[in-house]
Amino acid sequence: MSLNEFWFIVITIFFVGFFVLEGFDFGVGTIARFLGRNEQEKKVYLNTIGPFWDANEVWLITAGGAMFAAFPHWYATMFSGFYIPLVFMLIALIVRGAAFQFRGEIHNEKWKATWDWGIWLGSFLPPILWGVVLANFMVGMPINGEKEMVGGFIQFLHPYALLGGVMFLLLTLTHGLQFITIRTTGELQERARAMGRKVAPFTIITFLAFIVIGYFVSDVFTYHGQTFFVIPLLAWVALLFANLYNNNKMDINAFLLTSVTIILLTGSIFIGMFPRVMISSISDAYSLTVFSAASGSYSLKVMTIFSVAILPFVLGYTIWSYYVFRKRIKSDDELEY
Amino acid sequence: MDPLIIARLQFASTTIFHYFFVPVSIGLALIIAIMQTLYVFKGDEMYKRMTKFWGVLFLINFAIGVVTGILQEFQFGMNWSNYSRFVGDVFGPSLAIEGLLAFFMESTFIGLWVFGWNRLSKKVHLLTVWLVSLGSIFSAFWILTANSFMQNPVGFEMVDGRAQMNDFVAILTNPHFWAQFPHVLLTSFATGAFLIAGISAWKIARRHDLEMFKKSFNIAITVGAFSAFAILFTGHWQAQYLVQSQPMKMAAAEALWENSGDPAPFTVYANINTEERQNDFSIDIPVLLSFLSFNEFSGSLEGMNDLQAQYEEKYGPGDYIPPVKTLFWAFRIMTGAGGVMLLLGFYGIYLARLEKLQNRKFYLKLITYGMALPFIANTAGWILTEIGRQPWVVYGIMRTEDAVSPSVSAGEMLFSLLTFVTLYTILAIITIYLFVRHIKKEDHDEKEREVMTDPFDQEDGGAGVVS
Repeated sequence: MSLNEFWFIVITIFFVGFFVLEGFDFGVGTIARFLGRNEQEKKVYLNTIGPFWDANEVWLITAGGAMFAAFPHWYATMFSGFYIPLVFMLIALIVRGAAFQFRGEIHNEKWKATWDWGIWLGSFLPPILWGVVLANFMVGMPINGEKEMVGGFIQFLHPYALLGGVMFLLLTLTHGLQFITIRTTGELQERARAMGRKVAPFTIITFLAFIVIGYFVSDVFTYHGQTFFVIPLLAWVALLFANLYNNNKMDINAFLLTSVTIILLTGSIFIGMFPRVMISSISDAYSLTVFSAASGSYSLKVMTIFSVAILPFVLGYTIWSYYVFRKRIKSDDELEY
Repeated sequence: MDPLIIARLQFASTTIFHYFFVPVSIGLALIIAIMQTLYVFKGDEMYKRMTKFWGVLFLINFAIGVVTGILQEFQFGMNWSNYSRFVGDVFGPSLAIEGLLAFFMESTFIGLWVFGWNRLSKKVHLLTVWLVSLGSIFSAFWILTANSFMQNPVGFEMVDGRAQMNDFVAILTNPHFWAQFPHVLLTSFATGAFLIAGISAWKIARRHDLEMFKKSFNIAITVGAFSAFAILFTGHWQAQYLVQSQPMKMAAAEALWENSGDPAPFTVYANINTEERQNDFSIDIPVLLSFLSFNEFSGSLEGMNDLQAQYEEKYGPGDYIPPVKTLFWAFRIMTGAGGVMLLLGFYGIYLARLEKLQNRKFYLKLITYGMALPFIANTAGWILTEIGRQPWVVYGIMRTEDAVSPSVSAGEMLFSLLTFVTLYTILAIITIYLFVRHIKKEDHDEKEREVMTDPFDQEDGGAGVVS
């Protein structure tokens, strides 16, 4: 395996990790202000992701940094090409981060309500935008011979991309609700389960539509052979079982399976793109690949050494942090009033 | 409007705004770690109260630093795609390693610190805040290796019109980096220290929790004064280094149009005429510039007009003189602010040692306003560094005008610029409002303290919620 291929895998892992981890943050942030009926309950819901969301966002930042370093052309073409969607994504992430911090600073209903909306907007918008970006990754973008994306941003909003946006929002919602079920107890947990049951049919149907239509409009699910279509199908099956487990209150299994769904779906998109990193809709010859977009082998070697040395520590303390905060959050007995 | 101008305005506004928060995070993390260490080893609850009081400010500040930092990283690809393609090989790895090594550390351990007061043993919990501090220093380390490459490109070769890394050790031992890193680190410590000292002075003048704020002041002013003292040397070394590596930047910072005599005088004040490329009027101190540049009482420096001619010969026709007035005054504002910090710092130590602090109303007022000095100096310093590099984005290798994204329209850039500047303004207003609100609170009772470091719930039982 060449280092180019290795770095493609590393970046795929960062993105998949980001979608799985930040996915439940987005879901929780989108639903918390509706699911919680009073200040106390909203607080409990938000506290489920309290110690984690900031580090989860670092997966994206690191993915961006690794793209910049290993595949400068991928980074440059994608970030300048998806300019307007990224502006909105950044607005959302900025508002969300600030809102999490600001919310608790002042004990005032209006103040908290304002930042609850900030958290909602910042959690609701990014999954839609990522869905749009992923759908465009699949069907290809108008990349010319100069590796530049041309044609403005409206073209990204074709029906399949919009389906991708809705699908990804619903998927993070289902995933986030499952996360709540493993982090809370009692009535709050039950409410998340019930909401999960209500959302599930929509998630399951749009997900199926997304992969079936994807099969026809994009080559990524079958680029390496028809059998590869099994991966997104398995993702869908995992989603079905997640719903089943949720109905039977086997929350941990349900959460693991929604994680599997996200891993398999986003993983299959990246696998299907490979060895391309950005598919050109103008000409196959213009697609960026892990070779045409890459840095020199020296840079890749340096980064490989660093990441192999550092990553075990990162994974170690990340796991430790989830272990430290493994206890469920209760609403009734541990609050001061 | 020219996309180049908009992209530059966006870079400037984002960097300046982001850099209000970065040094505060680095400085506060260190000082808070010191405070918590005192708490753990002395067992005095007052230090816990202190840690938590400053912790609130640290966390608000940190959050804004993080969210503006995302934009800081992404805008290279968004607005400067040609630059990203050109230097991704050399510049990208620093950013990637910064993410892996520093950002994960900071964000994970800050989560553990905030939510871990009642879940971790005292010593492990103390370790988390030190790791946050260390993470913030790592972050400065890696981002400055990247910036140093732009200032003094080393460790690369040109392959097919792109810069490719061929010597990582050279990037880590870049002399520009080692001139810059200590300076940035110490100024960050000073920024956090003056913030704490200034706020403590305000509280002392109002007799709020005297014991705690006098102790806070002592810790902060010690860090601040000694940092300011060391900054004198790091700044001096950096300037001397730049005289060698970027003579144009320093000539502009001195408004030195013609080659200086030997020994060279230092210009305190100048009416700069950029049209005629001369100073219409100036006040000079003999010999001082030679001394500042070479540690000797002799030696001459090349002026901008000569350097311009040399660069035209080397790089072809073009204007190689950066905005002189901006650099000249940025340099004086930076060093002037640093000088005042030094005086305020050591006088503060003197007053604190003599137990006279709380009666010196005028000094207390002065040091409160003095909080602004590091921010002014930091901003001026970065303006000097970045604008002084113009017209280059990578010194001597790539021009700023060639770095901008070709596929992004001026309209799109303007939209993003206006959006983000509006957002920054709102964030700044809210942040200042929350700072002032927290500082003005007279009552720091135990219940509130217990919960104030939980970002979701500073006022009513957050410590209970997270368990």
